[in-house]
Amino acid sequence: MADHLIKINNLSKSFGDNLVLDNISLNIPEGENTVIFGKSGSGKSVLLKCIVGLLVPDSGEIIIEGKNVLNYSTKELNQLRKQIGFLFQGAALYDSMSVRENLEFPLIRNFNFSPKEIDEKIHNVLQNVSLEEAIDKMPAELSGGMKKRIGLARTIITEPKLILYDEPTTGLDPITSKEISHLIIELEENLDVTSIVVTHDLACAQIVADRAIVLKDAKIFFEGNIKQLVSSNDEFLREFFGNEVLESNMPGKQASKE
Amino acid sequence: MEQDTKVEKELLLNSPKLTEFFKTVAGLTTFSLQFFKNVFTPPFEFNEIKKHMVELGIKTLPIVTVTGFIIGLVLAMQSQPVMQRFGAEYFLPSMVALSVIRELGPVITALIFAGRVSSGIGAELGSMRVTEQIDAMEVSAIHPYKYLVVTRILACTFIMPIITMYVDFLAIIGGFFAIALSTGINFQLYVDSAFKSIVFGDFIPPFLKTFIFGFIVGAVGSYKGYNAENGTVGVGQASTTSVVVSSLLILLCDMVIVKLSIWLWPTT
Repeated sequence: MADHLIKINNLSKSFGDNLVLDNISLNIPEGENTVIFGKSGSGKSVLLKCIVGLLVPDSGEIIIEGKNVLNYSTKELNQLRKQIGFLFQGAALYDSMSVRENLEFPLIRNFNFSPKEIDEKIHNVLQNVSLEEAIDKMPAELSGGMKKRIGLARTIITEPKLILYDEPTTGLDPITSKEISHLIIELEENLDVTSIVVTHDLACAQIVADRAIVLKDAKIFFEGNIKQLVSSNDEFLREFFGNEVLESNMPGKQASKE
Repeated sequence: MEQDTKVEKELLLNSPKLTEFFKTVAGLTTFSLQFFKNVFTPPFEFNEIKKHMVELGIKTLPIVTVTGFIIGLVLAMQSQPVMQRFGAEYFLPSMVALSVIRELGPVITALIFAGRVSSGIGAELGSMRVTEQIDAMEVSAIHPYKYLVVTRILACTFIMPIITMYVDFLAIIGGFFAIALSTGINFQLYVDSAFKSIVFGDFIPPFLKTFIFGFIVGAVGSYKGYNAENGTVGVGQASTTSVVVSSLLILLCDMVIVKLSIWLWPTT
């Protein structure tokens, strides 16, 4: 197994004249949770979408397990995608399908599980996100937090090696945000997954992050652990997170585990 | 003078609406070609196609039932005095049947279908696009074009001839009611006289063009929805422009097909 699950080299992406990623290079260590911060429009979600092949970068390399995924054929890319989970900002549950159908959809299409195995998996993931009672509900009947949790259940049901979270706590109340953050960390411990979490939520990062990256002006502005981030005296970081939040010096992931 | 023409040309080429039009034509062509590339490769999604056909049929049934009956009724009512004037009242049932089968049935059904279905597909796929459901499908290693687009285009293509035949039938019945009320003709005589002058060739081009109309409705709705952007505004635009573009294409195609069918089957 490689030390770094993902290596990103000199990645650039622009939309028209708007350069959102400018020669970014970073490594994502296997088995760790990396949190990416940045202002809206700073290219965080674009980075995630490039990793999973939803967007094609203008230049650079994305190396996963030693191979540049940008050279993959559609078939190879789909093979890779079966090992990646992606939690979208709005959960992206399929409106026309019930919770059960949403969860079984990737299993029926991509794997050869028996109906009994699929049922078991659905019940297990719903148990993980504490929403067993929602199994026959339609997405329209769920609250924002419930949708996020079902989205998370759909992400983990295929047991991916890498999970990409696009703002998993945005729009949620502090209690639900904390629950989602703890779910992420439980997954890392139980399923041994590598995660990349894009967020604005420092409280979430405090719980989940092994490593933090801050994007600014299409470049990596900060890279380090969460303790270094909260104790930084940099003017931009203090303004971005709010002085009072940083000064409160909240405990990092290790402390939260203790 | 030459200078004026140059300026006009430049203005025309730089017009955003014209650029948008050519972009739509190019995009729609590529999108439709992608359909032919994907339609013959597995998985074939028969259940999805069947589900969409049933949904589309149920969705359009009430409106086409009313419209079909009224087309025949009004056509007969409007034509009767004119035919009478020329002493051709005897041919009224044939005229109704021929008009309905050759032109009115397929075109009006296609336009209603465009209004009801193309907008629905545009809105549905558009909303899936802006809420990232299509991206979610792609990330799950599921081919969204195949699952969402190919199935809808096929469903539209195959349901359209069935709905058209139903509309043709109702319009002919509507014609009977109008003529029977004024002349007291019985049903058997009406049917005999309606179909006496119709030959097999009268059915073929209209029947074939219903497949093309169905394809247009499915392809345009899917294209507009699949490529929707700018959030909920984009969904609305996808829905509206789907109807406009598909209706326009239906009429343009009809013109070409009618000309072609006259050229290919001159006696019909």
